[in-house]
Amino acid sequence: MNKEPFIRISRRDDLPIWKAWLIRIAAVIISLILCGIIIYGLVKLNPLKVYITMWQGAFSTEKRCWITIRDCMMLLCIGVGLAPAFRMRFWNIGAEGQILVGGIATAACMLYFKSLPTPLLLLVMLIASVTAGALWGLVPALFKARWETNETLFTLMMNYIAIQLTSFFVSKWENPYGSNSVGIINRTSQEGWFPSIFGQQYLLNVIIVMALTIGMFVYLKYSKHGYEIAVTGESERTARYIGINVRRTIIRTMLLSGGICGLAGFVAVAGASHTISTSTAGGRGFTAIIVAWLAKFNTFVMILVALLLVVLEKGAAEIASIYSLSEYASQMIEGIILFFILGSEFFINYRLIFRSKAKEVQA
Amino acid sequence: MNEPAVSMRDISKTFGTVVANDKVWLDIYRGEVLALLGENGSGKTTLMNMLSGIYYPDSGQITVDGREVSIRSPKDAFDLGIGMIHQHFKLVDVLTAAENIILGLPGKGRLDMKAVAAKIRSICDLYGFDIDPNQKIYDMSVSQKQTVEIVKVLYRGADILILDEPTAVLTPQETDKLFNVLRNMRNDNKAVVIITHKLHEVEEISDRVAVLRHGAFVGDMLTKDTTPSEMTNMMVGHPVSLNIVRPEPENPRPRLTVEGLTVRDADGIVRLDHVSFTANSGEILGIAGVSGSGQKELLEAIAGLQHVESGSITYLDDQKGPESLIGKNPLEISRMGVTLSFVPEDRLGMGLVGAMDLTDNMLLRSFRKGRSLFADRKTPHRLAERVVHDLDVNTPSIDTQVRKLSGGNVQKVLVGREISSAPTVLMTAYAVRGLDINSSYTIYDLITKQKQQGVAVIYVGEDLDVLVELCDRILVLCGGRVSGIVDGRNTSKREVGLMMTKLGGEAGK
Amino acid sequence: MTQLLQAAIIFGTVILFGAIGEIITEKSGNLNLGVPGIMYLGGIAGLVGTFFYESSCAEPNVFLCVVIALVCSITASVLGGLIYSFLTITLRANQNVTGLTLTIFGSGVANFFGGSLNKLAGGVGQISVSATSSGFCKTLPFLRNVSVFSSLGFMVYLAVALAICATLFLTKTRRGLNLRAVGENPATADAAGINVTRYKYLATCIGAAISGLGGLYYTMDYIKGTWANDGSIESLGWLAVALVIFARWKPVHAIWGSYLFGILFWVYLYIPGLSRSSMELFKALPYVVTFIVLIAVSIHKHRESNGPAALGLSYFREDR
Repeated sequence: MNKEPFIRISRRDDLPIWKAWLIRIAAVIISLILCGIIIYGLVKLNPLKVYITMWQGAFSTEKRCWITIRDCMMLLCIGVGLAPAFRMRFWNIGAEGQILVGGIATAACMLYFKSLPTPLLLLVMLIASVTAGALWGLVPALFKARWETNETLFTLMMNYIAIQLTSFFVSKWENPYGSNSVGIINRTSQEGWFPSIFGQQYLLNVIIVMALTIGMFVYLKYSKHGYEIAVTGESERTARYIGINVRRTIIRTMLLSGGICGLAGFVAVAGASHTISTSTAGGRGFTAIIVAWLAKFNTFVMILVALLLVVLEKGAAEIASIYSLSEYASQMIEGIILFFILGSEFFINYRLIFRSKAKEVQA
Repeated sequence: MNEPAVSMRDISKTFGTVVANDKVWLDIYRGEVLALLGENGSGKTTLMNMLSGIYYPDSGQITVDGREVSIRSPKDAFDLGIGMIHQHFKLVDVLTAAENIILGLPGKGRLDMKAVAAKIRSICDLYGFDIDPNQKIYDMSVSQKQTVEIVKVLYRGADILILDEPTAVLTPQETDKLFNVLRNMRNDNKAVVIITHKLHEVEEISDRVAVLRHGAFVGDMLTKDTTPSEMTNMMVGHPVSLNIVRPEPENPRPRLTVEGLTVRDADGIVRLDHVSFTANSGEILGIAGVSGSGQKELLEAIAGLQHVESGSITYLDDQKGPESLIGKNPLEISRMGVTLSFVPEDRLGMGLVGAMDLTDNMLLRSFRKGRSLFADRKTPHRLAERVVHDLDVNTPSIDTQVRKLSGGNVQKVLVGREISSAPTVLMTAYAVRGLDINSSYTIYDLITKQKQQGVAVIYVGEDLDVLVELCDRILVLCGGRVSGIVDGRNTSKREVGLMMTKLGGEAGK
Repeated sequence: MTQLLQAAIIFGTVILFGAIGEIITEKSGNLNLGVPGIMYLGGIAGLVGTFFYESSCAEPNVFLCVVIALVCSITASVLGGLIYSFLTITLRANQNVTGLTLTIFGSGVANFFGGSLNKLAGGVGQISVSATSSGFCKTLPFLRNVSVFSSLGFMVYLAVALAICATLFLTKTRRGLNLRAVGENPATADAAGINVTRYKYLATCIGAAISGLGGLYYTMDYIKGTWANDGSIESLGWLAVALVIFARWKPVHAIWGSYLFGILFWVYLYIPGLSRSSMELFKALPYVVTFIVLIAVSIHKHRESNGPAALGLSYFREDR
């Protein structure tokens, strides 16, 4: 009864930034070691060699580099889209669906407006995809603003409506008949494909996403809207007290968030796969949630996190293909590393006080 | 007289630098209702929380039935037969009364709600409670919820009951019912302690009264041997001279008039009942009252944050003439120059954003200025620097998160920002709560300066010594109604104190 | 009609397991979005366990197969639940993010082993645990000849029994009452002497064990002891989360709700004249119905139709 607990936990908010990053990096390293052990256990391969192979999987050729960059940009784009919603403490779990509807809109334009000149066609695709994504984001926002409907569950359900909608269009646009896929859209004419810039097929993806990343950083940090989002997220009561229209802020922010995720669908379809299927989003909408959360809404930090995850994914896929294992190894490794990073936040935010130490303080 | 059920000896408790209890002695007897009387912040609740296991005393002894005990958790208290009914009920809304009552108790795995209900009914019959064990908490009135809390304590076998301001949330009829129950419990030889600052309740229910002032035990006596004026004197003590400079109001003119203001809270309880007054420019209007008498609702109604049921609030502009504030949103009202600062129940929940730095908190008021898409942070940054310098805010830097500052510094930041917007009406609530003496005087100076610049200041305070020295006029609220408005220069702490506890003070008797 | 009903019940049973587990978890205030991941873990662990058993002996004992499958499945699911509990309860990580990570992790682990098992075991050919599957397909003896029930495996009844037990537990027992209090108002529960941390851990891990059985049922009965990397378990897992809302956090409602979801999902097969593309739209029906419930509940704001009040929030005593 008189015993003091062995470990007490107290909040700390004075940890220097470099120490916080040290803890995060340590978490990544520990998780990588653990993954190495697991891979060793499975394929009996020297863990160091495993990581070299993984690195090669991501960067060994120029083409691979570009694909790594392309996929990193895709993940980053979604993360950037989620950032304002999360800053407002609005749990937009619906990126997956917003990407898909953006992708559907893009594919539809590629199929039906292919007679338009390329720049105009791209513009139409852009507008269509952003609008579709924004609408998909608007629905839960409206219900949240009006009736405080739980947005986590609502956006989650919206994903599956979007997936079924995608299946609907896939079988509508099926090509060739019976393949149950849309195939490469405009394979020969390449209408609506992102043009190569300086001979680089994916440079436009990079330009668009980096512009968004910088723009979102500035928007959140310096604009009036960004300030309103931050205040609403931190304290809805304070927001009301100083006269911020909370409902309008929620709706506006979700239009933006959904819009950017829709644009991610545009980039995915027009700038990468040139087709649409239920795996166009491929779980990236969920992964990006973790990217956005770990980066604490800082879009530049998101670049690092996204790159880490994509490199791992490519590396694990390389291992898998060399040893003819399933490429899902990457997801497994991704999960382990994310667990460690999530857990490491605890040691950044809290301090452990052991019993003996606490007694000294008292004495 | 019999042996005391509980004796507290030399009990002291400090929170940081604030001394909440200082060597308090208190005896509690069975078969008796003890009233623990004192002003807000006199340490009554803290003292009783040490009996119920919420706090642990820094020093002193507690004996229960002659045995020295150590009470470290609510469970320890229950095991000693001590149960406390807190002001904020700890009940699970979607469960029934019976389910709440047996929550967490050991026993058979399978619940026999019929047996539980039967036992609850027998307790109810014994003391005259009226609750349905199968009713859900969310369907209950405040008084029913309180009854559930009391039954919960009795069900767990408590025979020493502590009630923290139980009548604060009750109607007069409900209060009568509660008092009948308390008398039944006394007759059943239980010890009952009721924490209160209402003199008439002390007279009505208690057998003995103990008075605390500024955390210290002043004395106790049999209720039948004392008078309200003696109790008031013990409660407020001898007047302390604070030497606050109080210049005469210059050229006061009506700035804000409130007529027949009535406000109900979300539960439908009347919080303000036909409140009328005028606030003048160049004058400090003090608002006195025990906590929860409607101060918060009054300020929020004026600031546009509270729905008004009836009555009017009119702002009198020297140039533009009168304009009603009802129906305007908080933004429009603050643009007219009416500002609200200091809501310390929730200092960081409203008015400031804890996770933001000083500059961004200054920005709260000004971020809309200008057509630019981007918020101007240069002006707020300068303002933050000025506030830090002028008000002597102790902060590592302008970029420090506000929640990392101490209470006094947080308040300085808030008042500095509100004053900087050159208000015409400045409302403050509990401006110096938790502040040390020097910071308090800084705040009094700031407020007086605003008054000298012709601002109509509404000052909600809890320290009567300060109110009677700082304010030009004092409006006393009692249970949501205006008990009276007195001249700050011709009144005494005692008069205000009596008006706080009884409508109209002695005159209304 | 009988066929539709059968298909609906088989489909519904998968999500019923998931939903019962999630209801128990959510009752403790933990919103575990890792249900699909846990179902994956439960499914693959049962498959891997019996795969090694079946390939190690010539004539596997069917009863032993079923036991091995159940033990492996439950162990793996509880491990998943433990990861989630440790991160969210002890290390105070965000529940949503942790849950989604668990889903990524679980689907990674399951599909990795599902796809690599053959290779890891030295190339034995098609992964199939026919003996175990035959065990799981066994129905209750007295129902063998009743038309609708004739082809339902015993897990169907196990799910219903679990739902009823969960209801009895939540409404009729002391621990159930305490658990509900933890999810509604942890501070009050704590003050009443309930060990909030222990309840949260136990509810989450037991909930995970039950959810994982959904994955096992899918692998062993629904697709007859094989593995498919088609993401079905994940979409079924999300349907289980939807079913929790639809059932308004009551396990008994989840029983008929799951069969209704099954009917809604398969009904397109029985509507004449549908094009293949519109069939896909019909498959969204369960989600649409969940939407309606979610919206209706939030507009209605009836206290008891809503989820536990403290759902998704962490509880730390010192934050009081």
